[in-house]
Amino acid sequence: MQKVTASQLIDRAAALLSDGSVSAVLGWKQGEFDYDITPAVFADEQALRDAFVWNDFCGANFSKYLLKATKKVDGKVLVFLKPCDTYSFNQLLTEHRFDRDKVYAIGIPCEGMADIDKVKAQSGDGIVSIACGETIQVTTLYNDAPVSVELADVLEERCANCKSKKHVAYDELLGDEGDVLDSARFDEVAQLEAMTPDERFAFWQEHLSRCIRCNACRDVCPACTCEKCVFDNPASGVENKAPANEFEEKMFHIIRAFHVAGRCTDCGECSRVCPQNIPLHLLNRKFIKDMNDNYGEYQAGAEVGSRAPLVDFTLDDPEAADVLDRRG
Amino acid sequence: MRKCALSAMNDIFAAIASSKTVYLPVDGADGNAAFTKWEDGLVWSHALNTVRSPKDFFFPQTEDLMAFKTEGKTIEVIDIRKESEDFVIFGVRACDVKSFDVLDRVFLSEPVDSFYASRREHGVIVSLACSRPSETCFCGTFGIDATAPAGDVTAWKTEDTVYFEANTAKGAALLKDIEALTEEASDDAVKAQQEKTKTILAKLPLANLTTEAFGGGKTKEFFNHPAWEELSQACLGCGTCTFVCPTCQCYDIKEFNTGNGVVRYRCWDSCMYSEFTKMAHGNNRLTQKERFRQRFMHKLVYYPENNDGLFSCVGCGRCLSKCPISMNIVKVMKTIGGNNG
Repeated sequence: MQKVTASQLIDRAAALLSDGSVSAVLGWKQGEFDYDITPAVFADEQALRDAFVWNDFCGANFSKYLLKATKKVDGKVLVFLKPCDTYSFNQLLTEHRFDRDKVYAIGIPCEGMADIDKVKAQSGDGIVSIACGETIQVTTLYNDAPVSVELADVLEERCANCKSKKHVAYDELLGDEGDVLDSARFDEVAQLEAMTPDERFAFWQEHLSRCIRCNACRDVCPACTCEKCVFDNPASGVENKAPANEFEEKMFHIIRAFHVAGRCTDCGECSRVCPQNIPLHLLNRKFIKDMNDNYGEYQAGAEVGSRAPLVDFTLDDPEAADVLDRRG
Repeated sequence: MRKCALSAMNDIFAAIASSKTVYLPVDGADGNAAFTKWEDGLVWSHALNTVRSPKDFFFPQTEDLMAFKTEGKTIEVIDIRKESEDFVIFGVRACDVKSFDVLDRVFLSEPVDSFYASRREHGVIVSLACSRPSETCFCGTFGIDATAPAGDVTAWKTEDTVYFEANTAKGAALLKDIEALTEEASDDAVKAQQEKTKTILAKLPLANLTTEAFGGGKTKEFFNHPAWEELSQACLGCGTCTFVCPTCQCYDIKEFNTGNGVVRYRCWDSCMYSEFTKMAHGNNRLTQKERFRQRFMHKLVYYPENNDGLFSCVGCGRCLSKCPISMNIVKVMKTIGGNNG
């Protein structure tokens, strides 16, 4: 279960609203079925008490929402950030994408978020209600008694391979500070690297052929903040609303991964929102792993203002030939 | 009514596949079911529904319309249409069967879309009644009976048996093709399943959601509703809802330079996109609020206004489970329509 409660967050937000420190709160809003939570801006205490939630299904990363919210709201915006969200927060600050002075950030500890598909694999479909406590109690139409699910068994992939419980940015921290973790997040990349080129091609072909080009991965991505994406621009010559063929289908995702390389914090929002369950995070992790291998460990968003290896020339950089040799 | 053992379905698919292409929902490696071309040994999924709707069969995401070839000062216009071949879609749920009515009114009204019409003509739909609806289901809101779906043939699947009933001449012909593999059956088991399912449908969280507040003539009432602002606040502007939707039918027509010629094709478009219906003067919906409003006004007001009261939502629930921010037509109906169902 989560270490801080919704009422703690609501009380703190209400206090900051009432003393005028902040004028709006970016938070998670209750849905129809306890797990379908929507990001929302709360303007007053009543709105918070009516619908603000914090539970095992609050996966949405609010960092990117700050771009819009800080422009719309007079005064400061209060934002709640999970550890992984703080990396996106810093990365956006590095890129000067929002005004830090307009934000009051509260770091909140996170025990990982649940993947509703994994919950349903245990509880079955037809969810009537979900109560998040010591365990996740799922009441369905098809079971007489609530099914008890352990959060650890239904974590989203990015949470099962959590890279850090440490908040790298905040004005105020609720709960204890965590640590950067030694995660297994590159294991699957290593498996892909061990494949033959044909096997790897088949792997990506199978996954990427399901893409419906809805752009959810791009639109949710905190690293994708171009005012006008090249793929949305009819004047670019490459604008497209659907893959014209199998080649282009792959190009879109590979180009996007290149574009965010060095800036992607591995927050995992792309894979979380993909309606077709494409493991997009693996493309980004491959780039992160390569950069770590070639230029030394680098974590985008670990601090504000750091220069990503791909845009920072140093005399120690490996020669292209060395990199090729290493690939064998 | 005819029946066969569930374990004999591979033979049924094989028999139909000898003369027509058969598509059926099959579980993929990603855990989702998808309509897949039948091959010997493929197993019919038990999933409630597919992520992509069967509208793809009649209105594919991309489709080439014609080609042009230039040589010197001449341009050759090439008709690249191919004659559709007969195909059967197995296991279409009641909501999705209803979506074909919505699409038909768009593509089969004058001027008839010959690409769509040809595929409709050649497609046979075998629907499948629901017995374990999800919390995201609300087809009943639109008057759809999940226990008795339309289609050329209706099928009901129990634990060990599949029952078939033909509804059209096409459906009767299909059942004739598999007559030797099926036997005459009473409808007792089907009726029992329908009764049981109806009690579940009545208990669904969205069972009381109604369309009462909506329909033609409501544009003025809802267009400037203050709630659009808040409802659309977190919308990412992606196209997930429109692309998984069985009734969304907007498309764009574009041209692709192949190097030595031009292919004109169409592809799905989304009213959620900033480039949707862009004109010489720019985009006529400047903010995401306006794009968001368009989608729901179209489904709940404009479409029924132009189509005898038929709503262009069938309550399949795909947008409920797939929207990255969990905003959807149910939340819109409850907020704008004051419907607390």
